[in-house]
Formats: sequence, C-alpha cells, structure tokens
Amino acid sequence: MMNVFFILLKQELVLAVILFLLLMIKLGSKERSNTSTLTLVQVLLLVNLAAGFIMPATGSLFGGMFVTDALIVLEKNILNLGLLVVSMMAWPWLLRHKHVTEFYLLLLSATLGMFFMLSSHNLLMFYLGLEMFTIPLAALANFDLDRKTSGEAAMKMIISSAFSSGLLLFGISLLYGATGTLQYGELSQLLHITPLVLFGFVLVMAGFGFKISAVPFHLWTADVYEGAPVAVTAYLSVLSKGAVLFVLVPVLYKVFAVLAIPAGHAVFILAVATMIIGNLFALRQQNIKRFLAFSSIAQVGFILAGLSGQADTGGTAVIYFVLVYLFSNLGAFGVVALVSACSGKEAVDDYKGFYRTNPALSWVLALSLFSLAGIPPLAGFFGKFFLLLAAAGKGNYTLVIVAALNMVVALYYYLRIVRAMFMEDNAAPIARIRIGPAPGLALVICVAGMLVTGLLSGAYEYIYRLVTAQAPL
Amino acid sequence: MNGIPITHILFVSTALFFIGMYGLFTRRNLISLLMSVELILNSVNINFVAFNKYLYPGKMDGVFFTIFIITVAAAEAAVGIAIVINLYRSHQSIDVEDAATMKY
Repeated sequence: MMNVFFILLKQELVLAVILFLLLMIKLGSKERSNTSTLTLVQVLLLVNLAAGFIMPATGSLFGGMFVTDALIVLEKNILNLGLLVVSMMAWPWLLRHKHVTEFYLLLLSATLGMFFMLSSHNLLMFYLGLEMFTIPLAALANFDLDRKTSGEAAMKMIISSAFSSGLLLFGISLLYGATGTLQYGELSQLLHITPLVLFGFVLVMAGFGFKISAVPFHLWTADVYEGAPVAVTAYLSVLSKGAVLFVLVPVLYKVFAVLAIPAGHAVFILAVATMIIGNLFALRQQNIKRFLAFSSIAQVGFILAGLSGQADTGGTAVIYFVLVYLFSNLGAFGVVALVSACSGKEAVDDYKGFYRTNPALSWVLALSLFSLAGIPPLAGFFGKFFLLLAAAGKGNYTLVIVAALNMVVALYYYLRIVRAMFMEDNAAPIARIRIGPAPGLALVICVAGMLVTGLLSGAYEYIYRLVTAQAPL
Repeated sequence: MNGIPITHILFVSTALFFIGMYGLFTRRNLISLLMSVELILNSVNINFVAFNKYLYPGKMDGVFFTIFIITVAAAEAAVGIAIVINLYRSHQSIDVEDAATMKY
C-alpha cells in the first residue's frame, strides 16, 4: 500500500524533497556563492527530470481525487523539461541577484501546484493546484524588486488572477449546485443542458480563458510579460499556459462531454477572437517581450482552433503542439533573456544588426521565430498542421480558413524581427555576448527539440496512443 | 431557518458577486480592489454552504470547499498585500492610475 503511494506520487515527492532541501540550505548558516547554489539546483532539476521517466504507473489516490496515468506522466515530464530549460536560461540573470534560493523555492512550488492540477480528478483538487501555481507566480513577477515595471506587473497579475479564480469558483459552485458532486466522473454523468449548468460552464471557461490568455481575457498578459523578469515571462508563457491547456483537454472533452455543442460555440468564438486580436496587436509592438506576449496570445488562438476538433485528434494535437511550442518559445525567450541580462536592451530596434555581432544567437532566434510562424522543416509547422487537421476533421472549415489567413499575417511580424537582425544596419549594435555553458545548453536543447520533434514524428503517434489508451473518467 | 427559501440566499450571494465585480472595475485604490476580490470569494462561499445545506444535506463537499477557499483567499491576500507594499515603495502611491507605465 505504502509502495503504491510512493510510486504514484513520485514526481510530486521528488519536487517536494528538492523544495525542502533548498529551504534547509537557505536556513543554514553557511554562506554560499550564487554559482554553487545555481549549479546545485541545475543538478537537482536534472535528477528530477530523469526520475520522471522511471517506473511510470497508473492509479488513483486520496479517494479518487488524485489520478495518474501514462499520459499525465508524459505531461509532467514535458513540464519538468521546460522547468530545467527555464532555470538554465535564468543563470546569467540570477548570478547577480541577491535572492537565488527564494527564486527557486517559488518556481518549484509553482511547478508542484501544476503537477497536482494535472493529476486532479476533482474540482477541489483542481482549484487547489491552480491557486498553488498562480500565487507564487505573482510573487515571481515582482522578483526584480527595484524595477518599477516589475512591481506593476505583479500587481496586475495578482488582481487579474484573483478575479479569474473568483469567476472560476462561482462557476464551480453553480455546477456543484446543479449536480451535488465535485468528482469529474460523477459530474460528467450528472450534467445536463440547463440554464444553471450553462452559466456555470461559461464562468468556468472564463476562468480558463484568463489563465491561457484567450482574447476577451487577455488584457493582463502583455503588461505582465513586459514587466516581469525574462525568465519568469518564459515560465509564464510556456509552462503555466501549457499546464492549463493540458487540464483543459480532459475537462472540455470528458467532464463537459454533454455540453459539446455550446462548448464548440464557445471555443469557436474564443479561437477567432484570439487569433485576430493577438496578431493585430503583435504587428505594432516595439518591445520584444511585449511582441512575444502577443505572439503567444495568437498561438493560443491556434491551439483553441485545434481544441474544436474530435476528442482524440484534438487532444493529441494540443498536447503535441504544447511540446513543440515549449521548444520554439523557450528558444526565443532564451536569446531575449541573454540579451536582456547582458545589455539590458529589450526594444525591437535594438536587434538591428544583431547578426554582425552575435551570429549564433541570431540563428537561434531566427529558427525559433520560423518555428513559431510554422515554416515547414521545423517542428512548429507540424504542430500547426495537426491542429488544423483536428479542426478540419470535425468540419470546422471556417475556423481553418481564419487560422490560415492569420498565419500569413503572423509570418509578416515574425520576419520583421529576422529582417532587423540580419539585414538592417545599426550604428550601435548589441555588443558581442559571451554565452555561458548553462544558457548555451538550454539553447541547444531548444534547437534540437525544434528540429527533432518535427522530423522524427513518432512523437505525435506516441501521444495519440496515450490519449486513446486513457481510461474513461 | 426552514422559513428562508434557498432562492433568497442565492439572491444575496449573486448580488454580492456582482457588487464585488463592480467594485473591481470602478475602484482605483488597490486595497479596495483586494476587498472586492474578497467579496467575490465570499459570495462563492455562501453559494457552497447554501447548496450543501438545502440540496445535498448528506454530503460534506460544499462545506469542505468553503474551508479551502477561505484558506487560499488568506494566502492570496498575503501575497497581494506584499505586492501592494512593494508597489508603494517604488511608486509612492497605491492608486492603479499611477501604476500605468506599460500600456497597449
């Protein structure tokens, strides 16, 4: 019995042990240099990633509140990989920071919350996991304590996330009133289309919309991404969004299976609005973090288009795309983080002539942007292809056409950055940046991921098998 | 207690929810914003307890949920106020209009 407990909760327990270890190190009297703390943390996170692959198990704990299976283990492994890459990217910035251990304490407890949310099989567990990862993230957004914009970003984030969880909770309370249960399995059977359930559903979708920054709920995104430290922005845009999308897939397809038609309408409206507004606002951005924020909003629009498909192909396409998106977006943020940590420059115009001084970094950024835009040999193309295929599989051709048109617009603004880097001259370009081993390795992982996950596309079939093999609720 | 129908209680909780939402959109003081969020969360608490007592008296899910919401709201308020204090140090104000360097 005890063995089962340890095996099923393995990934959460490893993270919790690392958390306590870091806490003890922080409390200990010995002064440690930032370099030694950072090295220790990277090793621990590598162990954490490796431990995720050992002994995957299927089962449930805590009276069915916590469930894990092969797909959920894979999703947690993806998040672990993202965590490691973000942590390596943050190295040059953290090296000069006073509170390195606290940064990792907050970051790891946020990830722990995501893991519990991913495994949740009960709305109470889901809510607790969600709050466990949003509250530390708001504190992380404020981590550049003396920068004015950082405080502003954290304020916007905590207010909007508190409001969104209020909406979500009100929706959950209405669903509880209609069915009298919080378990996913019972909910999916007891829900019927009544006005009360529909209102609850709309509020729950609004809560989800805030977390993944779908369009009517996206207003906090750009400000928070711009103000927060780059490493935190990367974490927010990839991991927190990815984790919520991973949860949205089973919730939409299984728990709200009865509401397939209204859910289809909701996803359609959100997808069209998100793609169009995200792209239009990305066109006029001058700050590169803000630009990447709007580009990530537009990407969520494409993901929502994929979500409108059938349960198996749609779910697979979304999970596969999040994996691809992790590599592409973290690659772009990796370069932006290095530039920001070494020179403090964040405007798009500063990247003019970047190729002259930093050819390697320019290529990484260009590849990431091509992958985000969906240029064929890179993984981003296959991710988008499967998303649109899933949408077309259910006959949502309007959505596919809107998405295809938006991709053309997206190509323009991604290429604008590439043109600035490679073709335009700058009197004072960004000085040559020395890439340290940790950020260098992070960028290599991202580039390898972009090239490999697309061409060796056993990845998609593997995820498809896991999705179809998943037990019903 | 049996004299009060559930609709009355739900009316109060829904009114509280929308008062909170109104406060969130119109107030300019950050502390008032945090108070508005608390109003929203408390309306959810009333909902849960009312549904549990009137419709599903045999189960405890709603009451448990309420306890967790109160706990999480305390954590959220703690982080929120810490952020507000830090904002006050850098901006010398807790008015949201003064913290608007990033727009559009």
